[in-house]
Amino acid sequence: MTTKKFMMVNRKAPYGTIYAWEALEVVLIAAAFEQDVSLAFLDDGVYQLKKGHNTKAIETKAFEKTWGALEDYDITKLYVAQESLAERGLTADDLAVPVEVLSRAEIGKLMEEQDVILSF
Amino acid sequence: MAFELNGKTYETDEEGYLVNLSDWNEDVAKYLAQQEGVNLTDAHWEVINFLRDYYNEFQIAPAVRVLTKAIGKKLGPEKGNSQYLYELFPYGPAKQACKIAGLPKPTGCV
Amino acid sequence: MLHIVNKSPYDRPALNSVLATAEGGTILLIEDGVFAAVKGGAEEAKVKAAMAKFKFYALQSDLEARGMADRVIDGVTVTDYAGFVDLVAEHKTCQSWL
Repeated sequence: MTTKKFMMVNRKAPYGTIYAWEALEVVLIAAAFEQDVSLAFLDDGVYQLKKGHNTKAIETKAFEKTWGALEDYDITKLYVAQESLAERGLTADDLAVPVEVLSRAEIGKLMEEQDVILSF
Repeated sequence: MAFELNGKTYETDEEGYLVNLSDWNEDVAKYLAQQEGVNLTDAHWEVINFLRDYYNEFQIAPAVRVLTKAIGKKLGPEKGNSQYLYELFPYGPAKQACKIAGLPKPTGCV
Repeated sequence: MLHIVNKSPYDRPALNSVLATAEGGTILLIEDGVFAAVKGGAEEAKVKAAMAKFKFYALQSDLEARGMADRVIDGVTVTDYAGFVDLVAEHKTCQSWL
């Protein structure tokens, strides 16, 4: 099978819309087909990675836990925009999994290197 | 869709997966296994319990490649291979074992 | 690459996100995104400045629907659906800033 470079660009907060969960499902599918998958988190997308989600009361799956499984799927390239974290008063320590914090411009360059970009 | 067991009705989707994860118990597993033509042994239970633990930890049912690798890590290489798992669950360890374990179908399973 | 923006710059920061992330490329404004292509608003200066690095397109039918087809910023190319398809085909990748 041909391997392509896939990047999922996540820009939405979790739970308010279905985008974040859909992106994660697509990530798992792409990885199951052994593609070269990376994830970029920009804007409100960084809220997806915040640790300590408790969704019991809103009766929604807390997929924060699922980030921990990405390693099993050989997905290790998680890029987070420094500016988006800073604007929201967050740092890498607030996130549920280890990520690579990059500037928006650096993420922009990585986007240019992809074969496929999926926007969420 | 639904089935009845010991006077209780259990809701399933069109492929026979339990709709409510919390409905699951060992009797349900035995019933679902019987429907699949699988005779549950200790080896089967080991995989089923592994899957349920994995789901509790990560909130997803693993794809077969991931399941194989993760089982190998936890239970040893003689069990972490697809031949062993397919012997236990001939219609696909991820698909069939997840159904019996009361989990949703793994993402990426067609 | 091609960046598609479908949110009004007066409501959402989608266009700002493109400008802060990409070094250059093509920006296609569709749906409420076309408000960025309209003269006389507070966002006009930003779009004009960005023209140094980006080529701007706006979808004609969305401009017309909003009564804005007659006041498009100079330098923004107005395109139809066939042009939209060509733009997608011409670029290797495409990001929708939803």
